[in-house]
Amino acid sequence: MAWYSETTTTKKKSKKDLWIKCKKCHSHIYKSEWEENLNVCPNCNYHGSITSYERINLLFDKNTFKELFNNISPKDSLKFNDLKGSYKDKYEATIKKTGLSEAVVTGHGKINGIPAIVAVMDFRFLGGSLGSGTGEKILQAANYAYDNNLPYIIFSASGGARMQEGILSLMQMAKTCAGIARLNKKNIPYISVLINPTTGGVSASYAMVGDLNISEPGALIAFAGRRVIEQTIGEKLPDDFQTSEYLLEHGFIDSIVNRKDMKDYLSNVLSFYNR
Amino acid sequence: MKQKKKMTNKKKSKKPALSAWEIVSISRHPKRPILQNYLSLIVKNFVEFHGDRYYSDDKAMIGGFAEIGGQKVMLIGHNKGKKTNENIERNFGMAKPDGYRKALRLMKLAERFNIPIVTIIDTPGAFPGLEAEERGQAEAIAKNLTEMASIEVPIISVVIGEGGSGGALGIGVGDKILMLSNAIYSVISPEGCASILWRDAKYAPDAANALNLTASDLLRHGVIDEIIKEPGEGAHTDYEAIAESVKKSVLKNLEILKKLSVEELIQSRFEKYSGMGKFSVNQSADRQVNK
Repeated sequence: MAWYSETTTTKKKSKKDLWIKCKKCHSHIYKSEWEENLNVCPNCNYHGSITSYERINLLFDKNTFKELFNNISPKDSLKFNDLKGSYKDKYEATIKKTGLSEAVVTGHGKINGIPAIVAVMDFRFLGGSLGSGTGEKILQAANYAYDNNLPYIIFSASGGARMQEGILSLMQMAKTCAGIARLNKKNIPYISVLINPTTGGVSASYAMVGDLNISEPGALIAFAGRRVIEQTIGEKLPDDFQTSEYLLEHGFIDSIVNRKDMKDYLSNVLSFYNR
Repeated sequence: MKQKKKMTNKKKSKKPALSAWEIVSISRHPKRPILQNYLSLIVKNFVEFHGDRYYSDDKAMIGGFAEIGGQKVMLIGHNKGKKTNENIERNFGMAKPDGYRKALRLMKLAERFNIPIVTIIDTPGAFPGLEAEERGQAEAIAKNLTEMASIEVPIISVVIGEGGSGGALGIGVGDKILMLSNAIYSVISPEGCASILWRDAKYAPDAANALNLTASDLLRHGVIDEIIKEPGEGAHTDYEAIAESVKKSVLKNLEILKKLSVEELIQSRFEKYSGMGKFSVNQSADRQVNK
């Protein structure tokens, strides 16, 4: 009895660990194959999510990335409580679970030998929402780029402003854009990479004002949510509405780049800047 | 003893503070003065300019040269209506990308000829529609936030009614932000916040309270610079009085800003927005992560 049930549970568990079901084409992929392919479906090229540190490892040359400003974390300055509890409990649990201190990781390193400052948002941290700490890190990284005359790249992945910080989260849009404005004045390159999803207050601030706006295939990029728009106009929206392909067609994205090509794409673009 | 009695009397005569939700209702009062009222009461010689030069003329956002108390300014603002037909034409003050692009065009014009800018904020939010997305609502607002950071003339923003999220901020990056005492300014509408975090829009009063969206909240959090006190039960009870207060406050703040050099102006604006927000700072622990 004991040996029998034990084998079945182990078998069940290992089966679940072995396969990944693609969210788009629903085909079953070996987990090892999925991971080797950078969380991209080998069948339909669906770009699944990756963590900020995984992206940093893909982007930077070995042993070149140094993290900066990771001493910044959220603060519940509004003492915000909803039905599920306090904002403070929510972010403390998130910090514990993810090991991240905010919704963005910032630092500098070399991309195929070219030095750059980067901010990589992480959707696992409260939906990548833009809070005061997030905005502060993005601004400080921009200031670092400004002071050291280095190109700045932001990878955005966010549901928008962080409601639990009220008006202070809205003001992060103006704060981060003020940092970008200084880079523009000093002719420091700023490249925005919009990852799935980039919506609301993040799309309506730093993510949309890159000298170049780049994206991955199939990323959701939007200002207002699909449901809100459907309610406003009272009709269904087309399937490809607000995807990176849709934005490319409408002139808001410069290029859609596959994850595996992103590093070479960025270093190639940066090599053109004659500074 | 005598003194104690005096104090209790004082307490009694003071009206109880309005709840956040009551203030939301006043800010949306059907008779609340809108931009058009201020135009007729305190603005002389308004020369309206139309169009963003790309697509259309957005009637939800208007702008042009104007004189306030003898001071020549570029006046830009959300254009709500009162009657149904006005509100349909002006889209309830919800601007499309064309509106934000027109606003930026006029700000750039003002900058070239050293004319201070006054923006009047009163919108439920930027228009959430198909054509707005198609023409780049996010890009239009983002561009305004970025460009306004370095416009080389003073900018004063006045929140007169509803400050609806990115749609408000899109013309709201001022050197001085003034706000009427019963106006609101929020990252999301209380109804929207309630339907997401409380899973039901009927919790809007709770959300309104939690969001810290009143003028006194914003002053306390260092987001706005000054509260313009409304008369009586609210601005809708005395148009002349509130218009006069707005005019006085705008002119006073303009005098302060006009004393700054362009460099000082841009630097202080950068510092103002850099300083916004509250977060925790732990012991620095820079670390190497990639192998």
